[in-house]
Amino acid sequence: MKNALAIAIAALFLSGNAAVAAEPQVERQQSMKSVGQAMGTLAKTAKGEIDYDATAVIEAFAAMNTAAVNFIDQFPEGTETGHETEASPNIWSDRAGFEEAVKKFDTDTANAVIAAPHDIAAFRAEFGKVAQNCKTCHETYRVSKK
Amino acid sequence: MRRLIGFLVILAVVVAVALWFLSAPGRLDEAAFADLGTADLARGEEMFWAGGCASCHAAPGAKGDDKLTLSGGLAIKSDFGTFYAPNISPDTQAGIGDWTFRQFAEAMKKGTSPEGTHLYPSFPYTSYTRIAMSDLNDMWGYLQTLPASDNVAPDHALGFPFNIRRAVGLWNLLYLRNGAVIDFASPDEAVSRGQYLVEGPGHCGECHTPRSLIGGLELGEWLAGATNPDGEGIIPNITPDGSIKSWSAGDIAYYLESGFTPDFDTAGGSMVSVQENMAKLPASDREAIAAYLKAIPGRPNGYPARSN
Repeated sequence: MKNALAIAIAALFLSGNAAVAAEPQVERQQSMKSVGQAMGTLAKTAKGEIDYDATAVIEAFAAMNTAAVNFIDQFPEGTETGHETEASPNIWSDRAGFEEAVKKFDTDTANAVIAAPHDIAAFRAEFGKVAQNCKTCHETYRVSKK
Repeated sequence: MRRLIGFLVILAVVVAVALWFLSAPGRLDEAAFADLGTADLARGEEMFWAGGCASCHAAPGAKGDDKLTLSGGLAIKSDFGTFYAPNISPDTQAGIGDWTFRQFAEAMKKGTSPEGTHLYPSFPYTSYTRIAMSDLNDMWGYLQTLPASDNVAPDHALGFPFNIRRAVGLWNLLYLRNGAVIDFASPDEAVSRGQYLVEGPGHCGECHTPRSLIGGLELGEWLAGATNPDGEGIIPNITPDGSIKSWSAGDIAYYLESGFTPDFDTAGGSMVSVQENMAKLPASDREAIAAYLKAIPGRPNGYPARSN
């Protein structure tokens, strides 16, 4: 039993390491995809297309926060091109501005999780703050390529 | 030989005189100004957002109410040099506070300045020429209610030959067209309204349509996407065969309202400012734009395949 648990933990670490070993361009694209998926849940809730589900909403904010926490590290020097990256050169030429924008996203999503909105009105206030981050950051730090 | 030289000199003079007349800045007829009446300021505000004035003429990076101060100064870097958006606030010295409505209308529809010189087509009069006079009248009324700014924007920094303003008159002969771009057999009301907004005030084609070597829009590739005229990357193909092929009309309208794509990706780059302008229009206008984009002919991408 102990062995099985050790193997499970080891497997977890190994799979974690495997993810870290991926190219940063691919890794950050996956981060943004997970944010997009979470945004799908939140936007459909905001539009009233799905019933209000506090657990799903908090999980979605948490998934965004998970993506935000390591996001800055996924843009090291030398990954300005490749893997169809849509990262703007501004990320490297204005590193401080980029880091500030990501930290704001980190803070706003963390606050939304802590607020744990239990009804649609409370949710909308948090959603508005979080959603604004997407455009603000993409306006300066993302370049459309397709 | 001497006769030949004499002939060539006369020919050169004739051509120069002809080009001078052909390149004359355009004017509007008196009839265009009949029956306009008092400006409707609420409609003028809608036209202000539809036209995207603030996206270039507000101070760079302005957000919220600061977008209403049209102090100018934004640098627009192009293949022809750097253009600086001028101050168009009602300040009489630094802005356009001492312009008449006629001067404003001739700038918007003909690209002609009050001094009778050509404006550069970085200012999209090539699209604004399709705006109805009554809408211009309302827009002009609204602009005069905005805060004045005494900021003096830098002069354009253009190399030869693009610094010869008179030559823009010849460019206008080729590229200044005030008719509809797409010829619909029997458009419904929404498509017609969308056509007006997209081809006129919205000036969507100015970025979403590829340009010739001398910067004229290739109307045969209308809205087929283009390389970004002001930076890296591309501006997407928004015809029914382009990047938004799988979007419903409702998806397009929701994108213009919220900035979110059907995959919950978002607008980026200069489209963020455009989308925020569109969000201020009545819902029926966003639906009309969507109806028009669904009705136009599909085209292959107007930009080269990426090499990265």
